[in-house]
Amino acid sequence: MSESDAESIRKQTRSYITVFVTLMVMTVLTVLVSYAHMPVGLAILVALVIASFKGSLVASVFMHLSHERKVIYWVLLLTVIFFIALMAIPSISQWDQRMLR
Amino acid sequence: MALVDERVAHEHGHGEAHHHELGFWQKYVFSQDHKVIGIQYGFTALCFLLFGFTLMMMMRWSIAYPNQPIPLVGKLLKASGGIIAPELYNQLGAMHGTIMVFLGIVPLAVGAFGNYVVPLQIGAPDMAFPKLNMASYWSYFIGGVLMLSSFFAPGGAAQSGWTSYPPLSDIAPTGQTIWLFGMLFLIISSVLGSMNFLVTIIQLRAPGLTWMRLPFFVWAQFVTSFLLLLAFPALQAAAVLQMMDRLAGTSFFLPSGLVISGQQLHVAGGGSPLLWQHLFWFLAHPEVYVLILPAFGIVAEVIANNTRKPLWGYRSMVYAVSFLGFMSFIVWAHHMFMTGMGTVMSTFFQTTTMIISIPSVIVLTALIISLWGASIRYTVPMLFALAFLPMFAIGGLTGLPLGLAPADIHLHDTLYVIGHFHYVVAPGTIFALFAGIYYWFPKLTGRKMSSLLGQIHFWPSFLFMNGIFFPMLIQGLAGVQRRLYDGGASYSHAQPVLHWNAFMSVSAWLLGLSQIAFIINLFWSLKKGEKVGSNPWDATTLEWAAAPSPPIAHGNFVEVPTVHRGPYDYSLPGASKDFTPQHQLQEA
Amino acid sequence: MEIPYTVEARPDTGVFNAKLGVWLFLASEVMLFGALFSSYVLLRTGAPPGTWHHGREFLNVPLATLNTIILIASSVTMVMSWASLKLNDFKKYRIYMGLTLLAGVGFLVVKGFEYGHKFEVGLLPKTNTFLAIYFTLTGLHGLHVIGGMIVNGYLLGPGAKLFKTQPERFTNRVEVAGLYWHFVDLVWIFLFPTLYLL
Repeated sequence: MSESDAESIRKQTRSYITVFVTLMVMTVLTVLVSYAHMPVGLAILVALVIASFKGSLVASVFMHLSHERKVIYWVLLLTVIFFIALMAIPSISQWDQRMLR
Repeated sequence: MALVDERVAHEHGHGEAHHHELGFWQKYVFSQDHKVIGIQYGFTALCFLLFGFTLMMMMRWSIAYPNQPIPLVGKLLKASGGIIAPELYNQLGAMHGTIMVFLGIVPLAVGAFGNYVVPLQIGAPDMAFPKLNMASYWSYFIGGVLMLSSFFAPGGAAQSGWTSYPPLSDIAPTGQTIWLFGMLFLIISSVLGSMNFLVTIIQLRAPGLTWMRLPFFVWAQFVTSFLLLLAFPALQAAAVLQMMDRLAGTSFFLPSGLVISGQQLHVAGGGSPLLWQHLFWFLAHPEVYVLILPAFGIVAEVIANNTRKPLWGYRSMVYAVSFLGFMSFIVWAHHMFMTGMGTVMSTFFQTTTMIISIPSVIVLTALIISLWGASIRYTVPMLFALAFLPMFAIGGLTGLPLGLAPADIHLHDTLYVIGHFHYVVAPGTIFALFAGIYYWFPKLTGRKMSSLLGQIHFWPSFLFMNGIFFPMLIQGLAGVQRRLYDGGASYSHAQPVLHWNAFMSVSAWLLGLSQIAFIINLFWSLKKGEKVGSNPWDATTLEWAAAPSPPIAHGNFVEVPTVHRGPYDYSLPGASKDFTPQHQLQEA
Repeated sequence: MEIPYTVEARPDTGVFNAKLGVWLFLASEVMLFGALFSSYVLLRTGAPPGTWHHGREFLNVPLATLNTIILIASSVTMVMSWASLKLNDFKKYRIYMGLTLLAGVGFLVVKGFEYGHKFEVGLLPKTNTFLAIYFTLTGLHGLHVIGGMIVNGYLLGPGAKLFKTQPERFTNRVEVAGLYWHFVDLVWIFLFPTLYLL
């Protein structure tokens, strides 16, 4: 739970600005990188890594997740596991089916 | 009869007194009180269950006596001369499944029982978000009305199975679009409701009520809510995609080059019917655990109370249902073994499916062992709870060959599947729900239901449930397919087992008649049932021991209880009574 | 009897009710958008080679980059509005919340241009599967933006009265609304490269 005294809020404010600038830089970076010619797999990886980095900044700083309590972490952990299952399995299934032919 | 206790709960130092009078609409229609909302859910769900049952009774006429005019209802079917046409049969089938699962059982098990009992069992004044609770109910209501209205759409109601597989559902008549809209509202209702349950259980437990002191019913609702929260959105997404296909001409589920009735379909193509199946079953598998978990919870409460001893293996049961909830997210493609799946996927899902049978067995075994050395009171709730055990066992065991791909080759899409899941849901879950109604009726109303009418309800129901579903397993093993309006009459391999159809249909209609005793009992007991105090069953859990019957309108308890012991301290050695309530400090 | 922990945190969990509630809601939203992302992956990997249309063919990358910047900026102003309330500065709160709303409007206007242009040249959801998933994903996201703006509008307008009588409770509401708004931004951070750049 974030502390509510004025000094810590001001410190947090500074980190918000820092994160904002970082996010801007990363946004420009991801657009520029997309113009570079690279194999599709690599392009996807790079784009996802940058997006994940940006996303984790938003989550940990703007959404205060880095100060948050265990109960929230547990909810998110469960969600992440099922999210991965939902993302991965249909596509793996498609790949697996193709291998039969 | 008082469904609302007008005494106001003692304020706990806040200085705000809730003595303002609420108008009729705010008290009984747009109520934010979990007890009223629970009753709303319960009444609405029971009506839907009855309607869904009626649809089934019509289906069973067509199965037993295909192409013959159906009595009574036939007068409404003028266009077909009183006969249930195959297209109508398909509508009855799709809507029977949809209504029973989404409008009947889940709202009753979670919306009604969960809403009413959980706050009481954890010593809370209400759910965490009362306004959200009300919104959840009305969203469900709207979804239900939409679903029913689809019968009047041109072309009729949804008719592509409750599973709505494309491409068929993509090109089905308007009723399917209404089904999708209805699902949107139902899913929103469930997701918001599950949020409410989770926060309530995590945050509003009374002082001293640690996790391992929770009544098992609350654990069951807790896991159920996680399933609803995280699984339903996948169906929401799928419903949006199917709506786009139907309304915006997209091809999410339409493969390229699809030809329908000799005509090439003029769409972009490139879609995948399997995509729907993945998204649908991602929800629908956890959904079946949503159907059974509250039933486990109710049966556990009733058994503990009527054996006068603590549940055997409470801790194991808790770990088992938690593990079950987790596993339920990674077994879904066992519904898709016949889609040309590769061996990697098939192996993975067979394995997870076999593993997931273990926690169910643990729970069932613990409940059965709980009967050992017990002083069993054969009350009506206990009769239903006891019957649940072997019925669920049959349902669970018949699931095993379905979860193994080689056997599923033969059994997929046969009546064996229908027999399997109906065993679990009908003499399984619905019996548990009946047990719950007979059990908690005195808490809601301060009166007991008639035991005699309860027996008249129970015994024939038990008999006829088996009369319907056991032969269904036989027919399925013979290879008779599901969703056939004539019950397999046109297939030669079905001929040896066709004679069961009439037997099963008669069982179904007699099952319907057996429910009359229940309906009469419900209404009669409201006015004439034996009046009882706050704890007629001599139970230990907070809803019985610490709250009046019915509980206080605002706040449930005269004073916030503090919990000092586990949920099932029955027959404590040295205690003067054979039960010690959870909030009692000293052993009497 | 009052429902406990609506404002103050419960000691053992460390959160107040609405905060846990909104994180649970966001978990369900992760699954909702996840299902759509999963659909995108399945459709794209399942498409025969050469048949999948790429974002660059149809989509305006500079405009979407602008939108990304707008939305991220709105996340900053949103969290600043909460911080202002924590420092008891109601005026600053109104400014930041107003800016957040403005940014939301900006995002939707740009989106409107994007969609409008596509419809004009006959690029519709039914044109091909890429556009279908593009319109569905961004459309659903747009609906979530609108939803967030309605909540924020309420908190800037009629809802702001609560600050005078129960400042802590109001601050919590803004925090919870902020969490939702950040999530909407988060989804866009993944949507943007997936649809426009890959």
